[in-house]
Amino acid sequence: MRLSADRDTCVGAGMCVLTAPEVFDQDDEQGRVVILDPGVVDERAEAVREAAVLCPAAALTVTED
Amino acid sequence: MNTEVPVPHGLPTERDNGPFNPHSLTARLREARPLSRMVFPDGHEGWMVTGHEVTRQLLADPRFSSRMDLDILHMPIELPGQGEMTEPIPQQPGMFVRMDPPDHTRLRGMLTGVFTVKRMRLLEEHIIQLVERQLDELARLTPPVDLVREFTLPVPSLAICELLGVPYEDRDDFQSKTSRSMDLKLPMEERLAVAMESAEYMSGLVRRKRTEPGDDLLSDLARRDDVSDEELVGIGQLLLGAGHETTANMLALGTFALLRHPEQLADLRANPELMQGAVEELMRFLSIADIGVRYATEDLELAGETIAKGSSVGVSLLAANHDPAKFDNPDTLDIRRNARGHVAFGHGIHQCLGQQLARVEMRAGFEGLLRRFPSLALAIPAEDVKLRTDMQIYGVHELPVTWDEVAR
Ligand code: SF4
Repeated sequence: MRLSADRDTCVGAGMCVLTAPEVFDQDDEQGRVVILDPGVVDERAEAVREAAVLCPAAALTVTED
Repeated sequence: MNTEVPVPHGLPTERDNGPFNPHSLTARLREARPLSRMVFPDGHEGWMVTGHEVTRQLLADPRFSSRMDLDILHMPIELPGQGEMTEPIPQQPGMFVRMDPPDHTRLRGMLTGVFTVKRMRLLEEHIIQLVERQLDELARLTPPVDLVREFTLPVPSLAICELLGVPYEDRDDFQSKTSRSMDLKLPMEERLAVAMESAEYMSGLVRRKRTEPGDDLLSDLARRDDVSDEELVGIGQLLLGAGHETTANMLALGTFALLRHPEQLADLRANPELMQGAVEELMRFLSIADIGVRYATEDLELAGETIAKGSSVGVSLLAANHDPAKFDNPDTLDIRRNARGHVAFGHGIHQCLGQQLARVEMRAGFEGLLRRFPSLALAIPAEDVKLRTDMQIYGVHELPVTWDEVAR
């Protein structure tokens, strides 16, 4: 499973951080999404998928391998 | 998708099905067609969205604008004086909720860093203290007291005043202005006039922040040279209004809902770790900022229907959040359900900027209130609680409560 985040479309709502805090964070300046640990994406697959669905700006893309 | 349903003429704001459920008309619309035609009260032939999935599609679609200056944006609910609206409403600088990208992106981008999950966690401790102080004051009063006046309004007001750098002494003034500008009974012109007055107040404040900046959000913005004074005024008004009115009503209506569902309340008291999920569920269930509207900037397809350019599309977030296609037994308050995916904060690029602050305030507010007042009860019959069906943000006007013991 691959995860990518489009920081240009992110509106900083933080749903991703709430849903999968091990995977996502927001930067301090603009509050935009940062992928913290790509290593745990597979372990947290369900939460990551949920975060992608919940993201109001459709900034997260999950590609299933 | 072709079930016939009568084309309604506007949405009622009164609730015919208990204080917490969508009006039966909205519910019927959703069952028949989650996207349906509607004649707006001013005669405009537009559309109404009541289903959860279509709501998400609509709000995430950039071909729908939230601007009010492109054309007349028709309101799906009856508003006094709206028949006189013949002109689009000019854009107010800084009011980025009524803007599209790139203006929206630029202004919201200046603020998102302040409202991150992490920043709000840092603020949490402070907000808990603020709640405790307010509860101490509440505990000193002799019941019955109005919980709105003594608790649910002060808490978010104090928090947003501090964050923005607005003097708390000014609260009576700006709170009355906010509430008048959101009063659906007042003619549109009068509401716009009140909004002008509150812009004047904010512009005095912005001037002070430019000359003597302090340690607050408005001052931080005032130090930038890529934002005009007018924009700062709009941003300030927007955050101040949204920051106290919404959370105050969530806390008050949420308390009312819990008191009306004693088994849920008992479960939450006994299991405080349920609080986070309970807050999400209360937001879903209550959806206090209910009605939204968008403008179709081109001919487009949505959920199999063709929507013509220039149409207004209303959306009921409450109906969407009570959609059985998304939530089982949606009209039941169930603090143990997974309510994530609700659209109480909206969806798309305008999804509430302050949602993480709101969550922190609600968690602290409900937690403190339930702990300190174990015997909290309504002081009047539930039917006599005055519902805010006449206001843009739903809730209760007053919540008279009583108790016989106070805990620490
Ligand atoms: S949920 Fe989407 S919009 Fe919100 S911070 Fe995460 S990526 Fe950005």
